[in-house]
Order: sequence, then C-alpha cells, then structure tokens
Amino acid sequence: MRVALFVACVDDAMFPGTGRAVTSLLERLGHEVVFPAGQTCCGQLHWTTGYRREAAGLARRFTGVFAGAGTVVTPSASCAAAVRSSYRSMARAARDPELERDAAGLEVYELTEFLVDVLGVTDVGAAFPHRVAYQPTCHASRALGVGDRPTRLLRAVKGLELVELPAAGECCGFGGAFAVKNADVSVAMVADKVRHVRDTGADVLCALDNACLAHIGGALSRLRAGVRVAHLAEILASTGEDA
Amino acid sequence: MSLREGEGEAEAPDHPAPPERGSDVSGGFGLGTLLRLVGGQQGSTARRRGQDGKPVLPRFAEAAREALADAGARHDLAESVGTARDRLAAATGEPSDWEELRTAGAAIRDRALLDLGTHLEAFERAVTDAGGTVHWARNASAARRIVASLAEDGGGEVAVADGPVLREVRLAGALAERGITVRDAAGPEGRDRVRAARVAVTGADFLVADSGTVVLLEADGAARACLTLPETLVCVAGMDRAVPSWADMEVLLQLLPRTAGGDRLSPQVSAWTGVVPGDGPSEVHVVLVDNGRTRILGDEVGREALRCIGCGACSAVCPVYERVGDRPYDPGGTGPSGPIGAVWTPLARGVDRARTASLPFASTLCGACAEVCPVKIDIPGLLVHLRGEVVDARRNRSVPTPELAVMRGLAWTMADARRFEAAVGRGSRWARLVARGGRIRRLPGLLGRWTEARDLAAPPAESFRSWWRRHEAARRRKG
Repeated sequence: MRVALFVACVDDAMFPGTGRAVTSLLERLGHEVVFPAGQTCCGQLHWTTGYRREAAGLARRFTGVFAGAGTVVTPSASCAAAVRSSYRSMARAARDPELERDAAGLEVYELTEFLVDVLGVTDVGAAFPHRVAYQPTCHASRALGVGDRPTRLLRAVKGLELVELPAAGECCGFGGAFAVKNADVSVAMVADKVRHVRDTGADVLCALDNACLAHIGGALSRLRAGVRVAHLAEILASTGEDA
Repeated sequence: MSLREGEGEAEAPDHPAPPERGSDVSGGFGLGTLLRLVGGQQGSTARRRGQDGKPVLPRFAEAAREALADAGARHDLAESVGTARDRLAAATGEPSDWEELRTAGAAIRDRALLDLGTHLEAFERAVTDAGGTVHWARNASAARRIVASLAEDGGGEVAVADGPVLREVRLAGALAERGITVRDAAGPEGRDRVRAARVAVTGADFLVADSGTVVLLEADGAARACLTLPETLVCVAGMDRAVPSWADMEVLLQLLPRTAGGDRLSPQVSAWTGVVPGDGPSEVHVVLVDNGRTRILGDEVGREALRCIGCGACSAVCPVYERVGDRPYDPGGTGPSGPIGAVWTPLARGVDRARTASLPFASTLCGACAEVCPVKIDIPGLLVHLRGEVVDARRNRSVPTPELAVMRGLAWTMADARRFEAAVGRGSRWARLVARGGRIRRLPGLLGRWTEARDLAAPPAESFRSWWRRHEAARRRKG
C-alpha cells in the first residue's frame, strides 16, 4: 500500500537515520513510501510550552500538508499523539472548528501501530544480534496506548535478546522544555533511568521517541556507560548485515 | 510571622532580560540566534527580594534545587512515596469495576459542579433546618475570622482535628496568634484534650446537599472525637465538596479510601447532620470556604480541577513529586502540592506572579497522574492550558520575553519547508563546529542547563529530507 511518511522535525534535523529506517523497512515489506515535502513540524513543542497561537498555526499547516494523504505513518510516538489527541484541544483553544474537523479527517499511525494493526505483521524479517532494552516512553504508552506492540515486534527479531527494564514505566525526565526549565529535577530523573538501564546489561536501549532517547542517551554518553540508544525502527530495519 | 494569604506574597514580576542587539530572526532561525536570545535568561538562585524588601517565595525550579540537595530527606521521601505507590497499585488493582467507578466518580463530581450554587444553597437550608449554622468565607482570612470568633465565644480554647482545608486557611497558627489555646485532637492524648475544650474544629471531605450532612474519612479518629465531646463543633469545608445527594456517596466512598491511603475502607467514616438534642454538640457550624474556588469554577477548562476529592494519588505516582516533595509547590506550606497543586494554585490565584506561573511547568506531562486520578482529572491537559495562560499573560509586555521571541522565530521558520531546511543546515554546521567526537559536551546560555549533565549528539551532515531527495531520484532511475 501507499504510505505517507511523517518525519518529526527533530528527527529530520538530528536523527535522519530513523526516517531512513522506516523507509527501508516499509519498502522491504513491499509498500510505497512517499514524503510530502511541505511538512515541517506538528506544533507539539509550541503547544506543550504554552504557545497555543503558534501551535494552532503549525497544526493548520500540518493538516493542510497531509490532507488527502491517506495513511500517514510516523516513527515519533509523541508527534502521533499530538496530531491524534492534542489537535482537538488546540482547535478548541483557538475556537477553530475547521481545524478540529480537518484533524479528525487525518489517519495518522505510529509505526508499531501501523505494522501490527494495519499490516498485521509482527515478524518484519529483521535481524539484530544484541541485548536490547525497551523504554515505553510516556506518550507511546499513555497517550497512544501502544501496549505490547513494540515488544511483540522486538521478540520476533532474529538474534535479539530482549531484556526487561526495571521501573520501565517511569518517565525519563525529558518533557520538552522541562529538561531546561527544571533541569535539576530532570537530571535527577534521568540519573535513575540510566541506573536502571545499566542494570539490565543491555547493549542498546530503544524506544519510539528520539527526543526521550536523546535525553537518556545524552546521560549515558556523559557517563560513558557503553550503552547506545536507537529508535526501534532502526532495529526493525536492520537485517544483521550492518549491525 | 507567617505570611498572610495573598497580600503578603511579595513576588517580583518576572523581569525580562534586556533586548539583545542584533538578534534579528528575520533571516531564518539558526541555533546561534537561539543561543543569543536565551543566553541572558538563566535566573540566579540567590534569594530575591521584592520591592518592599520582603523575601520573594522561590520559584518551583529554585525550591526544587534546594529540595534535591537534601540527600537524607530525598531518601525518606522516595521510600514513603514508593510505599504509597505500591499500596495504591494494590488497592486500585483489586476491584474488577475500578474503571467504571472512576468514570462514575468523574460524572458525579461534574454533575455536582454544574449546579454548585444550587447544591450549596440546598445544603445551607438543610443544615439550618437541622439546627446548625452555615457561614460563607470568601477567602482564608474570612474563614479564620469566623472560626476565631466562635472559639472566643466558646471560652478561648479549641481542639483541632487537622486536615487539608484547615492547613489551607492557616487556621491553627492564626488562632494561636489571637491568643486562643489550640489543642491537637490527634493521638491517644487527643481525647483528653478534646474533652477539655468546649469548641472543636474539623475539616470535611464531602457535603451532602439534600440532607445537610457533613462526611469525613480518617484513619485515627481525631475528628470522630470532636463530634461527640465538645459543646460547639465547627466544620471547615471547601465549597467545592458539595454533592447533590447521599446516593452520590456510594461511588465516592469506594474511590477515596483506595486512592487516599491504599485502603479498602477508611478506618473511620463519620457523617453528621446538624444538632441532635441530648447527643453530641449543642451547636454545629459549617464554614464554607471559597478561597479561589469560584475563580477556578469560572475557568471553563480549568474547572475540571474542582472534581478533586483530595486523595493525593497523583502525588504518589508523580516522578517530580517523588524527588522534591511538598515544599517547592508551596513554600508557605498551605496549598496543595503534587500535580493537583501545580494546577490548583495557579487556577485559584492566577498566573501573574512568578511563583504561581512557574507551577504549570513543574511537570514532564508524563501522564502518570491522570492514569490514577479517581475522578479522571486530565491534569496534563490542565497544565498545558495553564502554560497557555502564562504565555498569553506575557504576550502584551512592551519587551517580549526572550522565550517568546525564540518560539515565534521557530514557528516562523517552521511555516515554510525551505526556510526550515535552510535553518537546519545552518544550525547543523554551527553545532558540528562545537562537537568533539560526535558529541556536544557544553552549550552556552539556557541550553547549558542541558549539557550540565547530558551530552548532545552532534547533528548529522545530511538531514532526512536531503537524503530523501537522493533516495527518490535513485528510485526513479531504477523504476
């Protein structure tokens, strides 16, 4: 089928490997990927920081770019949650029923939802011979409710050993602007997260949000913990040849 | 002396940093511009003083930094919060109809709030018919005045069964300042103290409008003693806690014990209605406290916060509260803390002060609170709503805040894909210059708060969309 790819602005600029991974994974599974070139940012950062006027402007732009695109897939769980649930609040705050209607007309899936629910696959033919821990990020697990889809996909990856992350459900302390506005609390939270990650003995920590991974990964890197972070899409795209 | 509510809080307005010369965002928005803009914004953690010389209550982040520095207190807090979290999980995981109970609880509270004025008037009529007296207190000082006057009439000695509303209005301290002897009704010696006092004061969890009944749940029986021994009973209640009828208690009495203490049932549930001749107090007074609640009710989004039944479950699961405790939410020690405090205080008092304006940002929006709330308050949604109120209140300043300039600049950049791509290119080139070995270890200005403890991966040489163009061209050649 034909899939419109939505790449978060942060992923576009900082983590292009994730979008490349989604592209190669979906093409490997026999689907056609298109990338609407007008896309920029969904407005999540502005919305959660209190800039609702600017957020609504970006949301209108987003719904315009993806109108009529059919199935939209994104590797960013928090952006998927922004479009699927925050756009309604944004539209109401802006008293913009047109935005609410346009947003309701979009069909946006987070990658693991698309794979498991729409395509009905859990074994995507990936190989990744590493010890991997999965961090259920807050937006993925609470706002989207992806549940066990990510771990079902991971368990089907050849050579991958999935290890359990203690206190996995606890937030890593990123929270967008929170990481700088309340840096001390944020660091206290990520310190505990990093301790749990190291306790697992994993080589790789994966998740569905690169911003959270940049936060945990930034702390792991500072501590030279020897654990790297990777978006789950990059693991699913891997066929073992490059790993 | 303790600060009086409202008027004593000498909080300096947020002074925006002076405008930076040459911070022109019109030519696209690079990381350099962002850094120049935010460079001057880092606040000093030194204690500030307001214009009248009184100490300014610290903003959340500063108070949190102090709390985090106390390793002993942090350890104890983590342990007690951990225990509360485990008990909460066990107690709420037990009933098979827990989700239905939460949905019903939310609906019951919403229905009560929809006609709150009507229910409060019905409550007053029912209490009066049952021989009691209802007093209306617009704010904390009015509540203190009413209770003090009743205490003085009763001989100048009161027994107090402490509770959240009493702390909110700073009752005990204010009574003592007026020369009234205040006895704590809690503990094994509490009974004797209550017996000695002619007046007793309690809080209240719920007010049942059609019967005029006050309902209170407790573990230790301090309030229960106050219901029987003294001559005069004074109940201080938040006016948000009225429900239309006794039938509404069916659900609320199941929700509150499990979320408040992780108990199947509260050890003591007391419900009393007016005066019963020959049994218990001969005078019963109920003080209905507004203290910002009407203001919350007037906020069409924020009013959802008034569903709160005061269980504290949101604090028990909050990763921020777990590490900083009560104090940063209200250094005065009176207001609610934890996630509900971060929405309640700014809703009740407004966001024009630096301290109340900092509270909505004291959360990662992780959503753990909304998941456990027995009345399904969308706390993350309310936090975002209040962040919007804070930002909007600052939009009209003659000099825009540096953050506003940054966020506007970002939105302008994002409004055009080519502009965005150009800005990413410039920012990435700049960032790769400061990177060593693929990572950035130190950034200036506010972003330096990130690199205090976390590296930043150096941006890649090629953005996704640049790769996509090559990929698509290659696919076309093949296809």
